Amino acid sequence: MHLDHRETYPPRHTSRLRDDGTRRALRVGLGGPVGSGKTATVAALCATLRDRLSIAVVTNDIYTREDAEFLLRNAVLPAERITAVETGACPHTAIRDDISANLEAVEELERTTGPLDLILVESGGDNLTATFSSGLVDAQIFVIDVAAGDDIPRKGGPGITAADLLVVNKTDLAPHVGSDLEAMARDAKAQRGDLPVAFTSLRAPDGVRPVADWVGERLAAWRAVA
Amino acid sequence: MNGGARVSAHARVTAAPGGALPVLRGEGALALRRTRGEPGRAQVTVVGAMSVPLTGDSLRLTAVVEPGAALSVTSAAATLALPGQGAREPATYDTELTVGEGGELRWLPEPVISVRGSALRMTTRVTLAATARLVLREQQVLGRAGEEPGSLTTRLVVAHGGRALLDQELACGPGAPGWDGGAVIGGHRAVGQLLVVDPALAEKPAEPLALGATAVLTPLVGPAALVTAVAPDALALRGLLDRGAAALGVV
Amino acid sequence: MTAAALLLLADGRFPAGAHAHSGGAEEAVRAGRITGPETLAAFCRGRLHTAGLTAAALAAAACAGAVPPGALDAAADARTPSPALRATARRLGRQLLRAARATWPAPELDAVARDHPGGLHQPVVLGLAARAAGLAPRDAALAAAYESVGGPTTATVRLLGLDPFDATAVTARLAGDLDRVADLATAAADDAAARGTDALPAASAPLLDIAAEAHAARPVRLFAS
Repeated sequence: MHLDHRETYPPRHTSRLRDDGTRRALRVGLGGPVGSGKTATVAALCATLRDRLSIAVVTNDIYTREDAEFLLRNAVLPAERITAVETGACPHTAIRDDISANLEAVEELERTTGPLDLILVESGGDNLTATFSSGLVDAQIFVIDVAAGDDIPRKGGPGITAADLLVVNKTDLAPHVGSDLEAMARDAKAQRGDLPVAFTSLRAPDGVRPVADWVGERLAAWRAVA
Repeated sequence: MNGGARVSAHARVTAAPGGALPVLRGEGALALRRTRGEPGRAQVTVVGAMSVPLTGDSLRLTAVVEPGAALSVTSAAATLALPGQGAREPATYDTELTVGEGGELRWLPEPVISVRGSALRMTTRVTLAATARLVLREQQVLGRAGEEPGSLTTRLVVAHGGRALLDQELACGPGAPGWDGGAVIGGHRAVGQLLVVDPALAEKPAEPLALGATAVLTPLVGPAALVTAVAPDALALRGLLDRGAAALGVV
Repeated sequence: MTAAALLLLADGRFPAGAHAHSGGAEEAVRAGRITGPETLAAFCRGRLHTAGLTAAALAAAACAGAVPPGALDAAADARTPSPALRATARRLGRQLLRAARATWPAPELDAVARDHPGGLHQPVVLGLAARAAGLAPRDAALAAAYESVGGPTTATVRLLGLDPFDATAVTARLAGDLDRVADLATAAADDAAARGTDALPAASAPLLDIAAEAHAARPVRLFAS
């Protein structure tokens, strides 16, 4: 058949528009190691933003559906706004190398519950090298925590260096685990240059505020582009 | 053994409303007997006059249920597929079932037992009108006790209201690669299906239901549900299919 | 026709979502039916000659183009009694269609996306993708057949920690079977062009159907199917 395909690539998921011509939701990925507080951050973001934004969530649990169920149990969103994607024991593949299941979930959510302002895609807990494909998300947040060691920012890795926002979570634990927040901030600055870093303690009232504000800025920028 | 002489037989039955059987004609190895049924429903038993089919034989069974009629068909004993001397071609056993509008067929024969060295190809083609009802059970036993099976291929093709409803072929024994592996039979020696087609299932489709670890009831695309089961032996298989029948309310 | 397009289409790294599916291997491992290289080989051989053959013929027929995709999809439904497997096949079909439209843009693929928003069974889409890539029906059949054993093999490496060299050897030893299945499937697709979808194989695997429903009902699993 025709082998001389066009050299230009067809507009696809990277388009800012849905099939009907309306603007699609901003897609923000949240990655980071197991236990750093990705799901808690997603829950807090939903609780903080849901009154003014229409939000949906895709989770990529590694083995269980606990993340999705945590969100359901805490009723941060109605059940139809939360979709769990299986990752075949390779969570990084599902957000980077082969994003098709996640894309399908994102588009399905937008089709069935839309129009949406924001879709959060939470990766399964993985290692420091996992990052999201730009074909799946418009911006990504990497969540680490102080309890896993204050040398993590220094060690770097694609998540630390390249995420659009680095969140250092559980700052309330820093005195208890002997983590030096100033050193972490310094190391992060060295690794990330001008890219932002947010220190959070989700236990504090409105603790997710720095992240919520950053999402708000991204959304404003997203909407400013026609 | 029959020394290579091929048996060819074609038995026919037609059921009309009110329990009438305008056609009831056995042939050779396939004898048909009218047996006592419920009022308004004809009941026929297939009596295998000998252990057939032998490899190389060719058997046909045709049943027609006219619009508004009801027919039950059972068999007197298990069908034993046996080796035929010198035969190269497998035996064939072709069943054609047709059910008209508002008609009902219960097709509940005893199992087919595939004996070592035998070769049998069974094909069941069912044509159902849109408002026809069907309960069909088929059971295959792979070898007599402690024996490896012969070569057995069964195909069940069901059309409903002019479209394909179910098409399943299963090949076991010599010449069927991987049949005893974990994807197909997994060391079991009995396998079967129970198909229920009923317009009522269009209103209220069956929910998928696990019947133990080796059987499942599933809704098909159309007003129908299928029980698929494997088991160590014929008795256990029948138990699983009966559980499925009970769940579907067709006991 | 280009052999390179076939390599691309059959590559496990082709981004069409297959990596999250085990082809029934996860449930078979859980039930003790796959425990090592020998049982994996038996599982794969059985799957290849049943679900693999049926998928390969659907793919070849779709690639040949004589039977409309919708009719092939209905034939696939009749050959898939498990609703969990029907849903999986359509999901993978949608994902493959997305990847294929980006990789080999073709009006035919756009038409499928438009006419079948719920998706078509994956083997049908595989055949259409092969066609858009300039491949022949036998290529499509071979890709489908290969996929039917590649999925479980890769998954078993992850599930059992099986030696990846052993697992790859299992696939290599099925090479002759893969070719035979592709030949049978291609011939059946030729038949279907003349006689309709009844001519397509309907080889089934009871344990795959039974286990697929059990798997779909599990709250805890690594693979989607």
